[in-house]
Amino acid sequence: MNGNHGTDHLDAEPVDGDTRYGPDDRIAISLTVNGEKVEAAVSPRLLLSDFLRGDLGLTGTHVGCEHGVCGACTVHLDGMPARSCLTMAVQVDGMEVRTVEGLAEPDGTLHPVQRAFRECHGLQCGFCTPGFLMAVTHLVENEELAETDDGLRAQLAGNLCRCTGYMGIVAATRRAAAEIASKG
Amino acid sequence: MKPPCYEYVAPDTLAGALRVRAECEDSVVLAGGQSLVPTLNFRLANPDTVIDLRRVAELATVDTRDGMIRVGAMTRQRTLERNEAAFARNPLIRETMEYIAHPVIRSRGTIGGSVAHADPASELPCLLVLLDGELTARSSRGERTIPAADFFEFVFTTALEPEELLVEVAFPVLEPGEGWAFREFARRHGDFAVAGAGATLLLDDAGRIARARLAACGVATTPVRLRAAEEALRGAEPGTEAFRAAGELARDAVTTVDDTAASADYRRHLLSGLVNDVLTRAAARARGPR
Amino acid sequence: MSTRQFGARVQRNEDARLITGRGRFVDDLPLDGVLHGAFARSAVARGRITHLDTTAARALPGVHRVYTHADLGELDVTMPLLIPHPCIGHPRTQYPLAHEDVYHVGQAIAFVVADDRYIAEDAARLIEIDYDILPVEVDPAKAALDGAPLVHEDVPNNIAAHLVQVSGDPDAAFAAADHVTRIQVRVDRSTAAPMECLSTAARWDAVSGELTVWDGTQAPIGLRGALSSLFDLDEDKVRVVAPDVGGGFGPKIVFPYSNEILVPFAAKDLRRPVKWVEDRSENFVHMTHERTQIHDIELAATSDGVVLGLRDTFLHDTGSFIPYGIAVAQVASTQIAGPYRIPAIHVTFDCVYTPTVPVTPYRGCGRPQANFAIERAMDQLAAELGIDRFEIRRRNFIAPDEFPYTRPDLVFADGLPVTLDSGRYDDALAALEKALDLDAIRAEQEQARAEGRLLGLGLSFYVEGTGLGPYEGAKIRLHPITGKAYVNTGLTAQGQGHETAWAQIVADQIGVRPEDVIVVEGDTGVFDWGVATFASRAAVVSGNAVHVAAVSARARIAQAAANMLEADPDDIELENGRAFVRGTSSRGVTLAEVATMSNPLRYAFNKAAQTATQFAPTARSTGKPLPDGERPGIEVSEYYSPPHATWAYGVHAALVEVDPVTCDIDVKRYVCVHDCGNMINPMIVEGQVAGGVAQGMGGAFYEKLEYDENGVLRNASFMDFLVPYATEVPHIEMIHMETPSPLNPLGIKGVGEAGTIPVGQVIASAVEDALSPLGAPPVRQVPLSPSAIHDLLREARVSA
Repeated sequence: MNGNHGTDHLDAEPVDGDTRYGPDDRIAISLTVNGEKVEAAVSPRLLLSDFLRGDLGLTGTHVGCEHGVCGACTVHLDGMPARSCLTMAVQVDGMEVRTVEGLAEPDGTLHPVQRAFRECHGLQCGFCTPGFLMAVTHLVENEELAETDDGLRAQLAGNLCRCTGYMGIVAATRRAAAEIASKG
Repeated sequence: MKPPCYEYVAPDTLAGALRVRAECEDSVVLAGGQSLVPTLNFRLANPDTVIDLRRVAELATVDTRDGMIRVGAMTRQRTLERNEAAFARNPLIRETMEYIAHPVIRSRGTIGGSVAHADPASELPCLLVLLDGELTARSSRGERTIPAADFFEFVFTTALEPEELLVEVAFPVLEPGEGWAFREFARRHGDFAVAGAGATLLLDDAGRIARARLAACGVATTPVRLRAAEEALRGAEPGTEAFRAAGELARDAVTTVDDTAASADYRRHLLSGLVNDVLTRAAARARGPR
Repeated sequence: MSTRQFGARVQRNEDARLITGRGRFVDDLPLDGVLHGAFARSAVARGRITHLDTTAARALPGVHRVYTHADLGELDVTMPLLIPHPCIGHPRTQYPLAHEDVYHVGQAIAFVVADDRYIAEDAARLIEIDYDILPVEVDPAKAALDGAPLVHEDVPNNIAAHLVQVSGDPDAAFAAADHVTRIQVRVDRSTAAPMECLSTAARWDAVSGELTVWDGTQAPIGLRGALSSLFDLDEDKVRVVAPDVGGGFGPKIVFPYSNEILVPFAAKDLRRPVKWVEDRSENFVHMTHERTQIHDIELAATSDGVVLGLRDTFLHDTGSFIPYGIAVAQVASTQIAGPYRIPAIHVTFDCVYTPTVPVTPYRGCGRPQANFAIERAMDQLAAELGIDRFEIRRRNFIAPDEFPYTRPDLVFADGLPVTLDSGRYDDALAALEKALDLDAIRAEQEQARAEGRLLGLGLSFYVEGTGLGPYEGAKIRLHPITGKAYVNTGLTAQGQGHETAWAQIVADQIGVRPEDVIVVEGDTGVFDWGVATFASRAAVVSGNAVHVAAVSARARIAQAAANMLEADPDDIELENGRAFVRGTSSRGVTLAEVATMSNPLRYAFNKAAQTATQFAPTARSTGKPLPDGERPGIEVSEYYSPPHATWAYGVHAALVEVDPVTCDIDVKRYVCVHDCGNMINPMIVEGQVAGGVAQGMGGAFYEKLEYDENGVLRNASFMDFLVPYATEVPHIEMIHMETPSPLNPLGIKGVGEAGTIPVGQVIASAVEDALSPLGAPPVRQVPLSPSAIHDLLREARVSA
């Protein structure tokens, strides 16, 4: 979908530290996306968000502002959440990328966070949802949830939702964390 | 909102990066990208060359020695924030860094990137100015150390020459018993500060203020030390009266005009309150010498 | 009996794809060979283009075409005024691409089509545009004065429209009053900021002559009509699809935007699919805005606080054009008396052109402004007469036995006089008082004030005319292979959960699970009778159309099943996907079998189909296979047209602490009592209300578009226009009341906008209450901000 930013550059080589690449050059990158190895050739200015959506067809990652405020484009890079709109595709060479498409088990079993968002009405239009799912998944899997409502809301700040008023998202985060905790 | 065309280099070594930096008239440095990429996406920056430092491993270090916490420019903000050795020597660093945007930004954003970006509302430049930190710049011709007081020149403008790279940021440790506090106010959680203030407070044997350091962000074209307030506090009895007076003296540091976030008048009011607050909390944390 | 689905907290059918990254928003749709568009936009507010050169842009490798207005041929016409009204003396609408004159920063001037968006943006920046810059006035109050710079040279005083409405005898009411209170209040400009910006993709099939347009719109049928007219194509040759749409909130009801013309035009011209997705910085200067109104309101009252009459004169900022007519101002003017009896009303407005982004409805559509005006005035009246704020409202409510309550000659957006259908306003206020525990709050406030803390209580009572006509329809078809029910309407959803709510309504009638009802909307190729999603109307109008259709489908199924089971249709029950004779659940057939058998077949394409072929014993019939007047299969289309609007209402309150240092607010409690009639799905209703309150919080304290004196928007980004995070939105305590509307079979009233309407007043009155011990002046404007609160505190100190 990104025209000549795509992967039709079979002669592209991995980045070389001494080479200065022009805007029309393509650099070969190798990464893992949702557990699968990916090789691609990318323009130096291609954003990771556009690479995932346009070149890999992983359109679950959404683009809401392209200046790092809304969080709709949040993915995991080597296990840490990151804005894919503030990351160049070349920068993730050698990294592990996880997107919303990689949350559920391969057999389709939903991640507890996905289930909780449905059960607690944590989404309406669904546009911000992939970013929230990635942010909350990191939160419940790696961080300690604040005990107070205010504290939890602070942990959720950094992702904008325009539909829900956040009530369902707050509840979903608690529910997912409880489920993960109960399974040890 | 797509980045403009540019030439791209991702050197393997610092020496390589310095070589490119010397060769290019108009280069920008891609560190964590959390400040640079938005400016590219808005096309506010249209550089000839982007130098990506992600492969320069030698710049991602945290080292505490000689009364300094020396942080390589490519150290991720989250790494320093969670560094226990740095926290033990200067807990103000963590308290200040918790105000930087959101964890998701801090896990990509770098120390050097934020400092070199020199947004006058941002936290790390303010902290460096407060603590009399030092910045190390290197070019293919050599290295120099720049005191924080001389580094930040204007909005998004530093003392770095076009061929120089910021390689290290040094935060002095706190004195034993020195009190500390940082607080800022943003209208929305994690946003750039409308105003922020940091303080350190050292007491003498009599429990009076031996040294007060105060700095503010978001109120001028650079982070600023609040010298008049510092002077007034020296030798004073720590307490409501002195801190309120210091807050009043801080008001003059506000030189920004009305903007969409705040009126200048409100900013003065806010800064004076924040100064009072950080002094109060710093005093509560300060201990007299044993 | 199976559980009733109407009223149940059914989980949403649409979630399955949205939580797994399989949403299908316009930009997610794969289109082979698609080209990408970008606009060059005006950098000045009011100007005359002196030089426009696209040479360099056209020469850039990867660029296919650059269009200016001169390239548009028949399409180079001003866009339709969608809702004409006789009071619009000077209607003006925009061209798809500007001619010599530009009227606001962001107006589209040229359109680039390139291999990808990166190149398209590179090219757009290579277009050379010079302007003669003309003087501007962005404040509507000043723009309406003599001598102000004119947006359109031939529109005196920039007045687009002027309307006077009189209900009852206001002069007599004011003459009879013991007390008159008057204030001026102002609400400032804002934008809906849906998470998905505007988006359009189009494909032209030269062989069939068909144009397919995928568009993030609230009005696919309306857009199809506009495109058919403009492109001079039969309606059947234009298909508009609104797939998943990432929030709408009003501005996506407007059509056609420049992109909705240019993208199909380029696809037709270049014989390649073309796509354009608005980015966030464009969204601020292109998608329509709302909210700026300045009201001068007067209440005439008895000394007991009974309001006898109301006069309101207001200015409505309509931006540089008036494509959606007077809708926003008209809705404000008709809701100005709120829930109060007020028998005499005089309301006048002027719609004023300013050189800014055009103004069309945004969630609330004039109601937040009207609510702010009347409720601020009621608070002031209470203070002046020494009557409690709750009590003065109680004394003026329309009583339950006074419904239907008509305000003669006050004409609502459906062209009919305002007639409030039902309500229990007193009960709602009582429920709020109970939930708040007013005595405890008063004590807490006293305690806080003793400690020097600024704690205030604010409240607002709103009414909302919802569910406007003219009509909506629904088609239900039983799938003969799977037995699942397919439902189509002419609406589209942007997060409201139609795929679930309609499924619940249908499930109750035909005895299937909601997840076995497949709702497909927003596709003119599937169903193209109806209006659009706006004005809190979907549940009322479409919901009832779906219900009527489901009742009809049930009757057809029962008849067909009765024939198969040789029973009386009245004895047929539908449950668990089967039809059976009451009391003998073993004597039954599946809905798939019913669907198959009700369609006489010639070919046995599968095993089930054998039973419906002409030589099968079960299908043997002596008459025509399809008797006169009968139709094959189980398929019905039905329509619902409301007699007039249904009136939802509610009352919100907040306990707010003001920090004297930061001048920030901390909403310690937010309580909401609301009544939207019978609820189809309380979970979805709660989501609508909570989301509305969040948007209302934005409008009360965070979100204010600021134009500078040159007409440049100063805060056109998410960094500077502060859409709240979770941290800026309070937890909401919600109390549902259900007073069925007598107007429709399901007893529904709309709820989409309810949450947003009262919040500005709630926060303003709470802040005013918090600051009152200091002698601060009253709050007359929203959005508030720390700077605004600081100004109030400073004035308090000066006057103290």
